[in-house]
Amino acid sequence: MSDFEPKIVAFVCNWCTYAGADLTGTSRIKYASNVKIIRFPCTGRIDFMLLLKSFANGADGIIVSGCHPNDCHYTSGNFHAKRRWIMFKELMDFMGIDMNRITFSWVSAAEGAKWAEVVNSTVLRVKNLGPFVSYKQMINKSIEEEVSNE
Amino acid sequence: MSRIGVFICHCGENISATVDCTKVCEATAKLKHVAYSTEYKYMCSDPGQSLVKEAIKKYNLTGVVVSACSPRMHEPTFRKACAEAGLNPFLCEMANLREHCSWVHEKNDSTTEKAIDIVRTLVEKVKHNEALQPIYVPVTKTALVIGGGIAGIQAALDIANCGHKVIMVEKSPSIGGHMSQLSETFPTLDCSQCILTPRMVEVYQHPNITLYTYAEVEGLEGFIGNFVAKIRKKAKSIDEKLCTGCGLCTTKCPQKKIPNEFEQNMGNRPAIYVPFPQAVPNKPVIDKEHCTYYIKGKCKVCEVVCPTKAIRFDQVDEILEVPVGAVVVSTGFDIKHADFFPEYGYGAYKNVIDGLQFERLASASGPTAGEILRPSDGKKPKNIVFVACAGSRDPAKGISYCSKICCMYTAKHAMLYKHKVHDGNAHVFYMDIRSAGKNYDEFVRRAIEEDHVNYIRGRVSTIYEKDDKLIVKGVDTLLGAQQVEIEADMVVLATAGIANSGAEELAQRLHISYDSHKFFAEAHPKLKPVETNTAGIFLAGACQNPKDIPDSVSQASGAAVKVAALFSQKELKRDPLIAKVNRMGPPMFSTCVGCFMCQSVCPYNAIEREDYKTRDGKIIKTVAKINEGLCQGCGTCVSLCRSKSIDLFGYTNKQVYTEVVALLNEYL
Repeated sequence: MSDFEPKIVAFVCNWCTYAGADLTGTSRIKYASNVKIIRFPCTGRIDFMLLLKSFANGADGIIVSGCHPNDCHYTSGNFHAKRRWIMFKELMDFMGIDMNRITFSWVSAAEGAKWAEVVNSTVLRVKNLGPFVSYKQMINKSIEEEVSNE
Repeated sequence: MSRIGVFICHCGENISATVDCTKVCEATAKLKHVAYSTEYKYMCSDPGQSLVKEAIKKYNLTGVVVSACSPRMHEPTFRKACAEAGLNPFLCEMANLREHCSWVHEKNDSTTEKAIDIVRTLVEKVKHNEALQPIYVPVTKTALVIGGGIAGIQAALDIANCGHKVIMVEKSPSIGGHMSQLSETFPTLDCSQCILTPRMVEVYQHPNITLYTYAEVEGLEGFIGNFVAKIRKKAKSIDEKLCTGCGLCTTKCPQKKIPNEFEQNMGNRPAIYVPFPQAVPNKPVIDKEHCTYYIKGKCKVCEVVCPTKAIRFDQVDEILEVPVGAVVVSTGFDIKHADFFPEYGYGAYKNVIDGLQFERLASASGPTAGEILRPSDGKKPKNIVFVACAGSRDPAKGISYCSKICCMYTAKHAMLYKHKVHDGNAHVFYMDIRSAGKNYDEFVRRAIEEDHVNYIRGRVSTIYEKDDKLIVKGVDTLLGAQQVEIEADMVVLATAGIANSGAEELAQRLHISYDSHKFFAEAHPKLKPVETNTAGIFLAGACQNPKDIPDSVSQASGAAVKVAALFSQKELKRDPLIAKVNRMGPPMFSTCVGCFMCQSVCPYNAIEREDYKTRDGKIIKTVAKINEGLCQGCGTCVSLCRSKSIDLFGYTNKQVYTEVVALLNEYL
């Protein structure tokens, strides 16, 4: 699996992790190019259905990252995200999604080096797990079944 | 049908050195609905912006994706350019090819592919962007200044002199900050008190400034132009209107052995005290922790002696809620204290002191009335050693930065010592001399050449006591790493400047960012050094990083101008990136079912109830409605809404789901 390059989507908040990732750039710290960022105003805005949507579209791994507890630009968005994440994680675990494919982290605007570390460790973990084709196939299969039942 | 324009910036070589911009341009030109795609060396320059403007008109574009640096840098620039060309500014998005791609990856095919992925994602997103109109909100033309040191004083005076109201909150009983503790200031050696106290009095007497000392900011709600600050006025146990500041109570108080914070614990003070003779306001407070009455329930000597009957033992803390439009944070710094340097015996040996303690020894108003005397026995030290970089630039101790002020104040200390102890010897151990500043290097040269201060380049490894001397062991690297041993009478450590102990909590209360050393973070290191990431909150002085007086004062004036510029507007223009609950015709009115879960998670109380009624007033349906003035656009309600009735402009469900699909599917 050495030549496998995973596709990883990162959902980050504008004020902490996006700015932190900007700092990684400004500090010229290199990291794996597999991760692509989608910007949100706050982790509170991140609808976890987006995670399933990502897997359905062929993502092999996901990063969700925002402000440290108490540091949220909007006071409490990250706490709401964390609470929903705890619930949603159980659901995904129940569905059989390997939780090693998902990283939930706090990266502040001052932690450029930490962002690189979060990305690199996630890429490494997902590389070891291999491509996540089973989810995409499952989705396609259930659609086919639905169609044939009709 | 969408007609999208893609503008790829080389950023000099910052992007083009690792990303094949031509390839990105060709690939994006083939995307569906992309009407125009081009590349240019500097898109943010005037010709670059003109390129965007002309293309909007020529190709009748309905959306623009500028693929350049971070949107946190230039989104306002390009949105403005679009508006000038007649395109709604919210139809412009930025693809971050610099910070998130070219600067963090090596030059290869996958980096260019990632760049194409990023641009494609934003192209798909921008197709779903809506033309939005800005929101206008009123401005409360009162500024809150937190911290009454020299930076806060300067900011408050500048704002007040522009004709705006200022509320200054100071934690301690007097304003003045660290500057009031200093003896003399570099590079002019003029007395710190002489230049500071007139400004302190000016603050106190200014008709536009309301001063709350012995008070703290407990919370800040709201947003730029419309904050509400919660201020706790701690009980001073005196009636300030009646107190004349005669000071009789302070002389009669039976508690006299309380370590004096202003003297850096080198002197004592009573339980009812004025921190220093020039304090503003010059009225005492009772330190409840040490007051006999508060501890044992009897004493009240101060009440008996007070000629105006101003003592109030039953006074309680007062909480004020004040509307303010802008905030200047100028809470200053602290220095590393004992237990950080066990190898230097700091805290263990009486004659090893820090820079601020030396300031008090050298100050005419200090515990020794300006004579340099050893704390242990009151003798004049004949041999004194100054250790620069005590803690600073020492990543092993967690402080990687330079504290900036130590080189200069160490030179000043050595000079002051030589001026006061003519036959004494002053030695300075240093790593580098950093004396950049107007007349700064000349000042250090004067210490070395005219006052014959012995500068030794090298670090001190250990300090230990032998009889009544301190043995300082170090190295002289300019003499080929030769060991140096000095028998000193006193050692002064230029300890690292650090963030104030409550800095983290305050940052969290104000919702501003801070760095790993707990110093408050500026919005941009070069172009927005005064602003924070939170609009309407500005920084001044050493709470951002250690700074000397001229730098603190300049930054404070900078912050004041930012506040004045804000207050010069009748109304503030805000980005309309806020949430909206959908609406439709009867009988549904909205898909909102009125569960009001959103109300419980909204940090701004921006969600209201709206009733739909029949002609005779009977309520048919109650649905949620967003107050546009209060909503800040965090979007927590959007992802929580169970019926998916709320959406967030700029980050609508359509936009973000499209982004996910576009990011992962190359065929689009």
